[in-house]
Amino acid sequence: MEILVCVKKVPDPAENEIVVRRDGSDIDRDDLVYSVNEWDNYAVEEAIQLVEEHGGSVTVVSVGDEESDEIIRRELAMGADAGKLLDDEAFHYSDGRGVAAILAHAARQAKYDLILTGAQAEDAAAQVGGMLAAMLDVPYASLVVRVRVLDQGKLEIAREIDGGNLEINQIDLPCALSIQTGINEPRYVGIRGIRKTASVQVPVLGAAELGLVPATVGRAGAKVRKLDYFVPELGQGAEILQGSREEIADQLIARLKGRGVIQ
Amino acid sequence: MAPQVFVYVAHRDGQAADSALELLSAARVLSPDGLVIAMATGWGAELDQVCREMTGRCPEVWKLAHEALAYPNAEAIRKCLSGVLPSGAVLLLAHDTLGMDLGPGLSIKLDSPFVSDVVAMDPPADGALKLVREEYGGQVSTHLSCDISGGAVLSIRSGSFPASEETAAGEVRDKSSDIGDLSCGRRFIKIVEAEAGDVDITKEEILVSVGRGIEDEDNIEIAEDLAKALGGVVSCSRPIVDAKWLEKPRQVGTSGKTVKPKVYLALGISGSFQHLGGLKGNPFIVAVNKNPKAPIFQVADVGVVDDLLEFVPLLTERIDNQ
Repeated sequence: MEILVCVKKVPDPAENEIVVRRDGSDIDRDDLVYSVNEWDNYAVEEAIQLVEEHGGSVTVVSVGDEESDEIIRRELAMGADAGKLLDDEAFHYSDGRGVAAILAHAARQAKYDLILTGAQAEDAAAQVGGMLAAMLDVPYASLVVRVRVLDQGKLEIAREIDGGNLEINQIDLPCALSIQTGINEPRYVGIRGIRKTASVQVPVLGAAELGLVPATVGRAGAKVRKLDYFVPELGQGAEILQGSREEIADQLIARLKGRGVIQ
Repeated sequence: MAPQVFVYVAHRDGQAADSALELLSAARVLSPDGLVIAMATGWGAELDQVCREMTGRCPEVWKLAHEALAYPNAEAIRKCLSGVLPSGAVLLLAHDTLGMDLGPGLSIKLDSPFVSDVVAMDPPADGALKLVREEYGGQVSTHLSCDISGGAVLSIRSGSFPASEETAAGEVRDKSSDIGDLSCGRRFIKIVEAEAGDVDITKEEILVSVGRGIEDEDNIEIAEDLAKALGGVVSCSRPIVDAKWLEKPRQVGTSGKTVKPKVYLALGISGSFQHLGGLKGNPFIVAVNKNPKAPIFQVADVGVVDDLLEFVPLLTERIDNQ
């Protein structure tokens, strides 16, 4: 099975406190720690496991800046066979549709049986996978938490729906799936593994190499544009307890007693 | 001119989802005085029932009946809607597991822009719409502009708009004959219900819930000790289940259980809307989090800004010593 996995470099939510810049133009990106989008990492693991069991190869592709080759190399260290970075000035400020269009051009450069994306990234838009599938005119399923290969070019997949229930579907190959976290346990990649891929040259493809009309993507092609960032004001919020750790604990115990939680 | 706004009504067992009335409110922002058309896809008596229900709310309800739509398979619904929606239509749908499956691809087939998980918007001006979304699990919000002059697909977050109180004496327009070929490469097989688990967190009055901030599987014990001291049980947010530190039946949230405790202690939980979506019944919420900007502090009653690994053992010890 030839599998394409779309990945994205994002600020690591576990490592960063996200702060809006004073002028609201962006989040403060000084000193941010970046990593591969968590959902994408599950998608890469799933692809690697499918290839380990059924043969084929895994190609990782990312629309990103020149530093995104780090995360591609990380996924290569995990076990992906090849990586491509899609980078061009014309791609900057693409909306979801623009990103999907760039990926669709990359996907058409080879014959893939399966295309995986993460279910969402840091902006929680959860849009690129479904758009990509529609552009390529292949069947799509979102929020996938189980993939089983059936014979005759079909998969059985489970989608996670409300209440943790599973919706079981059959889907024809080639198809695109968006992968939900928890589908597997992504393997650990150590420093040594990443070092081994340090010398790998990740090919960089721009609009010309992809046969893309630059004006259809990036800022020029975007019908959805981000105007600014701000911190939402949602009512008065919690009463934040003050004092030493011991004092705070005792205040909290008093509150819980008031609620009858502690006798 | 205001765009023609459509609302896609999800339904189950012959009843419109709660989201339908919220979508109608959102539609009113887009089209303050214009006609808003509700549309429902399905098959048989259940679809008829939903369409009738919606005529009490909307002057015009489009019924789209087809055997292939009996189960809401997004692949078939996408084909159906892209065939029947007029060009320039603005379609609103719920940002739920069906909307996420349906919306992005539909926007491509309609050649319309797409904005997902919208929490607020201003009335359109000059063919552009200004919307609000959240990023980074609700830590920051963004304003976006969307060119809706050629139509749009917008998915709306549950609870962001009030349920519409408008009433109507509408009628059903059967548009089923406009439906084209719905054959698609994905077939619904069955629903597998979530497993029950050893405890039923939906029935507990005191939940000590852990999130990413617990950092390590071995630290779950800290929460268990506190739960024991308080006579409650341990629940969790999604990352803990993903990491296989606790079983799925312990997960609170839209993709887990909906709980209604009296007291909810959120330890190291940032408070994403998916998590909070599983918390009902207006519990007394205590949040412990290192990050003073965590969204959980916006909804909590009492907050402790501290490392839970330090604070919680001390709290447990002091409760035990009472």
